[in-house]
Amino acid sequence: MNKAKITIDNQQISFSDERNLLEVIRKAKIELPTFCYHSEMSIYGACRLCMVEVEGWGLQPACSIKPAQDMVVKTNTSEVRAMRKMIVELLLASHEVNCPSCEKGPDCQLQKLAQRLGVKKVRFENSYQDRPVDDSSPAIIRDPNKCVLCGDCVRVCSEIQHVGAIDFAYRGANATVMPCFDKNLDQVECVYCGQCVRVCPTGALLPKSEIGVVWQELHSNKTVIAQMAPAVRIALGENFGLEPGTITTGKIVRALRRMGFDYVYDTPFGADLTIVEEANEFIGRWQQQEKLPMFTSCCPGWVKFAEQYYPEYLPHLSSCKSPQQMVGAVSKNDLVKNHKLAPEDIVMVSIMPCTAKKFEAKRPEFSGAYGKDVDHVITTQELATMIKEMGLDFNSLEQDSFDLPFGFKTGGGVIFGNSGGVTEAVLRYTSEKLTGMKTDSYIFNAVRGEEGLREAVLTIDNRPLKLAVVSGLGKAQELIEKVKAGEKYYDFVEVMACPGGCINGGGQPINHGLHTKQKRTSGLYDNDRMLQLHKPQDNPYISEIYETVLQKPGSTVAHEMLHTHYHPRKRIQTDDVSITETSPENKLVISICFGTSCFLKGSQNILHSITQYLKMTGKEKYIDIKATFCYEKCEQGPVIKVGDQILTQCTAEKAIEVIENSL
Amino acid sequence: MEKIRNFEQVCNILARYERNPNSLISILQAVQAEYRYLSEEVMTFVASSLGISPAKVFGVATFYSHFTLQPKGKYEIKICDGTACHVKKSIDILDALKQHLHLTDKEHTTKDMLFTVETVSCLGTCGLAPAIVINEEVHGLLTPETAVQLVKDIQKSEALANE
Repeated sequence: MNKAKITIDNQQISFSDERNLLEVIRKAKIELPTFCYHSEMSIYGACRLCMVEVEGWGLQPACSIKPAQDMVVKTNTSEVRAMRKMIVELLLASHEVNCPSCEKGPDCQLQKLAQRLGVKKVRFENSYQDRPVDDSSPAIIRDPNKCVLCGDCVRVCSEIQHVGAIDFAYRGANATVMPCFDKNLDQVECVYCGQCVRVCPTGALLPKSEIGVVWQELHSNKTVIAQMAPAVRIALGENFGLEPGTITTGKIVRALRRMGFDYVYDTPFGADLTIVEEANEFIGRWQQQEKLPMFTSCCPGWVKFAEQYYPEYLPHLSSCKSPQQMVGAVSKNDLVKNHKLAPEDIVMVSIMPCTAKKFEAKRPEFSGAYGKDVDHVITTQELATMIKEMGLDFNSLEQDSFDLPFGFKTGGGVIFGNSGGVTEAVLRYTSEKLTGMKTDSYIFNAVRGEEGLREAVLTIDNRPLKLAVVSGLGKAQELIEKVKAGEKYYDFVEVMACPGGCINGGGQPINHGLHTKQKRTSGLYDNDRMLQLHKPQDNPYISEIYETVLQKPGSTVAHEMLHTHYHPRKRIQTDDVSITETSPENKLVISICFGTSCFLKGSQNILHSITQYLKMTGKEKYIDIKATFCYEKCEQGPVIKVGDQILTQCTAEKAIEVIENSL
Repeated sequence: MEKIRNFEQVCNILARYERNPNSLISILQAVQAEYRYLSEEVMTFVASSLGISPAKVFGVATFYSHFTLQPKGKYEIKICDGTACHVKKSIDILDALKQHLHLTDKEHTTKDMLFTVETVSCLGTCGLAPAIVINEEVHGLLTPETAVQLVKDIQKSEALANE
């Protein structure tokens, strides 16, 4: 059978099931410019940069049409070139053009395109109006002055992550991407995963920089410790012209020492420790058959997502702190106890591929007797900037090694950066612990792969162990809904907010090159193979810390230092709907949950009965009724709050009785 | 007790559209008819009930000029500024009403929540130009003075009703 063909700039190109004409043109090795096209998201057709001339059809956006047999396409006519140039000029005319001091720097697609297309002069008057920058969140800065309205962030947030914290508001010249009601990011349901930062072509969404304060600490007399997440070592090189996946651990350690860090520790040590704690926690639950599936909790984006959308599953999350927080806690403890340093003189800086880690470090749960476990978090991008600021020639740096004891790790801790890594490390531990047998094998191919949702059933100790590995919060939501509905059963579920895991985090170098994700993933697996040890339980310094400090996994000391718990969280900081006229005499506030679950269980009837009762007894004026979401006790709905008292499985009679007693 | 009725209506509206997010625009229209505007709390309530994000609801509510996010006055005055009314000096009427009610370019509703003054593009009653609509009632062939007199009459009857 003859293959279907089209002609692109006089070349014959065959095609089969490509998604659109744009993909076929890229197959012909022509890099059409786009802002709004990402293969993993829906086709939007907003930026109009991929316009091409199709014979018989005129100018068409290549992203939005299907290739057809014998189509004749021209991508480089004078009309097409003029139009692309004009689009860029128009964007620049409504843009805050302060490129030399913009943090996005050379990663800006708008700047790159203007140069690539030869835009030397913008023919239009600059009509940009200064709008306030939202720097409220600990993780992400939103600068509408730099936005080109491509909608990439909006789609990644709703389509991939199922959060939808930002969307287009207003229209025409006033259209702006913003959180609901023009609130700040820290007031809404944003989980700080930073996927919007990853896809933003300009400087409209950026990680919130902590570079300034880290330099300040380094120049002070304090003892400054660094720890580096696994995914940093295989991506940082991209900022210095290296291929994704190139392992540059030694050079990074060297750079950190040159910057003035007193100790350089490795987050995978914390990952090894997390595995020992988490695997034991899991074994306990699995044997007792309670709180299953157990969900991982090392991803702060996922934790916030669960707090907001699935509070009923919070007890299912592992109570282990993330590796970042564990390294912070144990190293501060060590420096205070063994090196006699004052807690206020120790600063822990972690280098993470992640914007949400900035939020995690500032959570009140993670402050102890020695202050915060982690004081500052910088992203991979920020570390690259610091190396450049210092003028270090990264590629010719010598190699150096981490400090002991918290710089020593096994491969099990390193693969944490890949989706599936935590599960694999748990399996490396659990399989030996439950069977009591040492083995040489350590690779579990069943949990590796690129799919956003992967399932596996392994037999351990003659029992089937049902696992799921999920990355991308949209996929996580699909999975939980199935678990909730009883369609699926798992014992252990690993969730990473970013598709592919931390290697694809919001703080990683901006890289739109092909196969970046895959190359970074194999970089971490290669790193694992190159290490002598692969199983967290074989790490001698893990054994040592249990002997000297933590006693045994799950001990009281371990719980104090390495575990935490999470709380239900309101999605949007907004008032509840007030149902009654409020006046100062209203003393008793009754809040009725109208979440879907409570509504279906009859909260409207309860409201009706309460108002009838108040009308009949003439007590309306003492009561203020509000409709609310949600007391996060959905399984015990309908839920009503009278004064400070929360009533679960409430009936109208029960509510009225409590109201009578309270008045 | 009006607020309770409003809220029960919102629950009924959501039930009538089976909490279907595809009916968002119709739901918002019906909700606005109940409250005369869309408040943050009510939009958040609708979003949570439909299982969509409040940012999406806000996007739809700000896209269509039919939706208003500010509470409107008891009397909504729409001054026609279509071509026919405009050449018959509708803007003079607008200015006179704004001055009388102490409104500015940014404030369209009086502090006592009695009046909201806005312009509309064409009422389709060009024969009566310049024309205004107060709530559902059309008044034509106006001058700034007669328009202000209409408002004064309403103010008088409202004052009487409150005594």
